[in-house]
Amino acid sequence: MSQLPGHRILIARRATQLSILGLFWLGAHQHLGVLTGNLSASHVFRTIPLADPFAVLQILATGHFLSGTVLLGAAIVLACYFLVGGRSFCAWVCPVNPLGDLASWLRRRFRISGQFHVSRHTRYGVLALALVVSAITGVAAFEWLSPIGMIHRELIFGPGLGLLAIAGIVVLDLYVLEHGWCGSLCPLGAFYALVGRRSPLRVGFDAGRCDHCGDCIVVCPEKQVIDFKAMAFSASIDSGECTRCNRCLEVCPRDAYQLTLRFGRSVAKHPEEGEHHATQSAA
Amino acid sequence: MSRKVDISRRDFMTGAFRSRNAALAATGALAWTHVVDSSRGAGDSLRPPGALPEQGFLASCIKCGQCVEACPFDTLKLATAEEQRATGVPYFEPRETPCYMCEDAPCIGACPTDALIEDTPIEDARMGLAVLLDQENCLAFQGLRCEVCYRACPLMGKAIRLELRPQERTGKHAYFLPVVDSASCTGCGKCERACIILESAIKVLPLDVAKGRLGEHYRFGWTEEARISRDFEAPRNAPDVPGWGEAGLRKVLESMDDLSGIEEP
Repeated sequence: MSQLPGHRILIARRATQLSILGLFWLGAHQHLGVLTGNLSASHVFRTIPLADPFAVLQILATGHFLSGTVLLGAAIVLACYFLVGGRSFCAWVCPVNPLGDLASWLRRRFRISGQFHVSRHTRYGVLALALVVSAITGVAAFEWLSPIGMIHRELIFGPGLGLLAIAGIVVLDLYVLEHGWCGSLCPLGAFYALVGRRSPLRVGFDAGRCDHCGDCIVVCPEKQVIDFKAMAFSASIDSGECTRCNRCLEVCPRDAYQLTLRFGRSVAKHPEEGEHHATQSAA
Repeated sequence: MSRKVDISRRDFMTGAFRSRNAALAATGALAWTHVVDSSRGAGDSLRPPGALPEQGFLASCIKCGQCVEACPFDTLKLATAEEQRATGVPYFEPRETPCYMCEDAPCIGACPTDALIEDTPIEDARMGLAVLLDQENCLAFQGLRCEVCYRACPLMGKAIRLELRPQERTGKHAYFLPVVDSASCTGCGKCERACIILESAIKVLPLDVAKGRLGEHYRFGWTEEARISRDFEAPRNAPDVPGWGEAGLRKVLESMDDLSGIEEP
């Protein structure tokens, strides 16, 4: 109920992102075996394999046959992100996320607006293209150029000009497309949005507490997911595009948001379908 | 007065929107394909031991760097964005750090996608092929007894052997020329690392750069005697004239033995 917006979850997210990067770095440079490899594929304690399911999908799209370790790793990652909400990857793990958030913050602070606008659905097009181009070229097309991959790899394995992608993304997000990379273009985000469509872990919403002050919309990186009408009936944010960053939860002055676990399909789009939800929320 | 067009405004707009998206997608695919194809690198990168042939390797490498971490000699590196190589894919530069051919090949074991083929015995690895590129500067070709590459070779005497040739300049010495055998050379690059002149005279090249290819129609009599005698088996009722028929053929084959002198003395 405090008037000051809390930052505890934000700090926890940054800490998680940094620790994952740090553990990979220690794995590469100090032979610490907690995490070895990088976000494309790795091992936990040198035993449990992990792999980027989208990268694996692109490799399969090239027509190359894969087996064993990497498929198991991709399945583990897929299962985990299904449980905690696909785009939790974006908010809690991805090294590019702080850049997008920095650009958003700067834009709010200095009232900078982007010059162009593209639909947030563009990313699904990029996702489809990534698979098509993988099939055409015979290499994993997004992995080939991914700024996430370049930044992450060069932070861990040694610097190169790929780190310029850091500046590129901030400039793109600040001056060209508002929240352009994470919000409209990134096919990995699109992939995890699809993975998280029916995830049980969601941000719950209590319409009875909400006074429509709009603070949540100001901080939300994916504003289209906050749909007060739908949320009044479903009592949660049900879009796969929600990154589970929990900023709404932190800034809400009336604590209308809280994390919830919800299994199965709980999306009720029409008032008559969602009556019991509505009465619940009103209570 | 105008002719009635049987299309609603909605259909028209939807159609226009769809065509625009299709055009954008096609352009995107073309541009993306072009960027990928123009950034494959020059094809001169040496890959870790056990790597699939380049095309399969580039398709299956997930760029995780676990082979790089597993290498105890820091031989392997991931290409960074500014290098003229496929970005994020492992390679090594033997003049800097060669492959030390660990018995257990930890790099191969670390690969999660089998881009490095599992359980490849290290002596079967073909990272490339050592080629004595510059005979004009190789000390052995000047008649000096250098032999450093020969002695650095982990398969000394097999992958690199010394061939003795008479030295005309003095008339009483010999050249000790290093000769690489592609049947044994793993491309580890210890020879390139060891070469004592300023820029190595012997270099490891990727196999498809280093190797020529013989057409299938070549038959070398001195290596395929049995096969030739089958190919040329005389017809049953052939007249018994010299050079033809069984007796004649035997004569020809016997005379071919004399040609063995064509090989190295």
